Amino acid sequence: MNNGGPFIAKPAHNEPLGYPGELIDGWEDVAVAKLGDLASKYRSLQVFLDSCVKCGACTDKCHYFQGTHDPKNMPVGRQDLLRKVYRRYYTFAGKYFPKLVGAVDMTKEVLDDWYTYYHQCSQCRRCSVFCPYGIDTAEISMAAREIMDTVGLGSKYNNEIIVKAQTIGNNLGLPEPALVDTLGGLEEDLLDDTGLEIKVPVDVHGADVLLVTPSADFFAEPHIDGLMGYAKVFHAAGISWTLSSYASEAANFSMFIGSYANMKKQAERIRKAALELGVKRLVVGECGHAWRVAYSFWNTLAGPFDFLDPNYPVPQHIVEFTHQLHTAGAIKFDKERNDGKVLTFHDSCNVSRASRMGDKPGGQYRLPRDLLRASCNNFVDMPRETIFESTYCCGGGGGLLTDDLMEVRVKGALPRMEALNHVIQENGVTHMAAICAICKTQFAKVLPYYGMGMDQIISLHQVVGDALVLGTPNQ
Amino acid sequence: MSFLSILYALLFYAATILLVVGLGRKIAQYARTPAPLKIPTMPAPTTQTGVVIRVATEVVFFRQLFKSNKWIWVFGWMFHMGLFLVLARHLRYFTEPVWTWVVLIQPFGKYASFAMVAGLAGLWARRILVERIRYISAPSDHLMLALLLGIGLSGMGMTFVAHIDIVSLKAFLLGLMRFDWSHSLPSDALLLIHLLLVAILMIIFPISKLLHAPGVFFSPTLNQVDNAREKRHLAPWAAELDAKRAE
Repeated sequence: MNNGGPFIAKPAHNEPLGYPGELIDGWEDVAVAKLGDLASKYRSLQVFLDSCVKCGACTDKCHYFQGTHDPKNMPVGRQDLLRKVYRRYYTFAGKYFPKLVGAVDMTKEVLDDWYTYYHQCSQCRRCSVFCPYGIDTAEISMAAREIMDTVGLGSKYNNEIIVKAQTIGNNLGLPEPALVDTLGGLEEDLLDDTGLEIKVPVDVHGADVLLVTPSADFFAEPHIDGLMGYAKVFHAAGISWTLSSYASEAANFSMFIGSYANMKKQAERIRKAALELGVKRLVVGECGHAWRVAYSFWNTLAGPFDFLDPNYPVPQHIVEFTHQLHTAGAIKFDKERNDGKVLTFHDSCNVSRASRMGDKPGGQYRLPRDLLRASCNNFVDMPRETIFESTYCCGGGGGLLTDDLMEVRVKGALPRMEALNHVIQENGVTHMAAICAICKTQFAKVLPYYGMGMDQIISLHQVVGDALVLGTPNQ
Repeated sequence: MSFLSILYALLFYAATILLVVGLGRKIAQYARTPAPLKIPTMPAPTTQTGVVIRVATEVVFFRQLFKSNKWIWVFGWMFHMGLFLVLARHLRYFTEPVWTWVVLIQPFGKYASFAMVAGLAGLWARRILVERIRYISAPSDHLMLALLLGIGLSGMGMTFVAHIDIVSLKAFLLGLMRFDWSHSLPSDALLLIHLLLVAILMIIFPISKLLHAPGVFFSPTLNQVDNAREKRHLAPWAAELDAKRAE
């Protein structure tokens, strides 16, 4: 689906990240050199570029292919946009027999294809589950985006956000006074709802827990109900916690553009906040790619976290946190409060295939379902081939959650929408719970395109918070 | 030694050197290239033993392919397992006395060639008939199948149709291995074709997609342990960035 790709980043979005403002002269050579450099730094890229045998196993596995039927959206088709350039410049066969092996020169036409199709990959890793060699298109698309950034061709949506996160502290560009004000408003809402003084603290030194959550949780629907759910859990368990205005963002969009250096810069803000606030534990809110970076990369990028309490994993997911409290009997649920809902659960792609929860493989599937089953009476899973490790991306992940890619987002949501519709028809499902800020925003936007209601997507911690027994209000 | 024998002797020495050196260089490259981040495709094993089992399951049973597409799995697995048995059987031409287990698998190795050729034919049919796979195929993808089929069919021709003087062939091959060039190669057309195609396969192995064979062992999504929180993973070039950390 050639839509020309997302809006192109301006110099103000590129230069602070260490990239040229716009497409540089002689970009062809620079791009080819960068490709070689990345292949020498990332074993994944080197092995994946060499190993594909074009068996075709992945061809029908990508949600963007299923939604658009564009062959360049088949995982191997997408990889080959880069692989054919790699072959041309870095392999014997491609140098001397380019036609034979499908190798091509680095031209503007190729670059345009890269820009379009590497922004139709949400880096969800579904293809890697089905590839006999585990080739992960996310690695290829990250490399392609880094090469494009290196020659001055970035996407506005991603780079603008990364600059905000690195300068202000969150993707929204919400400065400290606005954040404090918003959270104050939330405390009032919580008081109205529950009659209890449930706090949403920020920059509290010496709190036990630093909660790092996607900034969408501060204002977007249905995210905000999830944030109120976390606050209720902390309140009910009596554990002191705080947000940080300096590190007020869990998402790390630098992963989307494949930039190790920028990703590290963002991760280190969180380390710094944890050190300055003197907390003992790090807990991460509901966010998919953020949890990948936190779970899989934080220790590498910003570790070691030996200054935190060794009795808890660093970092801990809010679902792990709440699950542990519930297992220990420290919090109780009244399931019947959710009797008006029939729930299903959307496994977020990066939580499912790039991270874990709990201490056993697969905990990332079990723990959220345990919490949902503990807090409601009506839970149904969607068809097996669309959940767990085979889950479909929402269609908006990987730096695609921008209005200029709306058509791709709607088409990419197709497989998940079909699975959801199936359980709505068969089992009377009313709501789908999710644990990712991008999933929530994306579904709220695309559900109406498929004839469903935008309020049918909710935060897992809204369900949890609604069922949580909080004790009697003090009048 | 006849002129033809000299030609084939030189061809096989050259092919062997190219295969060993080329493959050695690629394996060294894969081993040397760092994997800076933990990217196992989850759920992944949490122990090294688990990883060995995961990779072995992929290499022996093609587990992920089985999940993915039953037809590709059937044809791909038939071909590879057939090839494995056929190759094992061929050890009898390079060992004297022949090892017992090679003697024992001889009948299986002979008939495994049918599975190998049938698998290849199935894969090729899919490459032509399934539109998605046709789209991703370069000429080299078709030629690779043609080459392997040619090797399989010419070999089967000698096993089941027109036998060659296998004793002379073995004397020639053992001679090559011992640098004793007094034996001549039988000059049957099938044999010459078979050996020529095998030499071509050996030569292109390290410069083609056949690199998936070593590649699968180095794939970070398959061979990494899921222990990012417990154990800090740091590549050398990434550690240099750490040194510059502003605390």
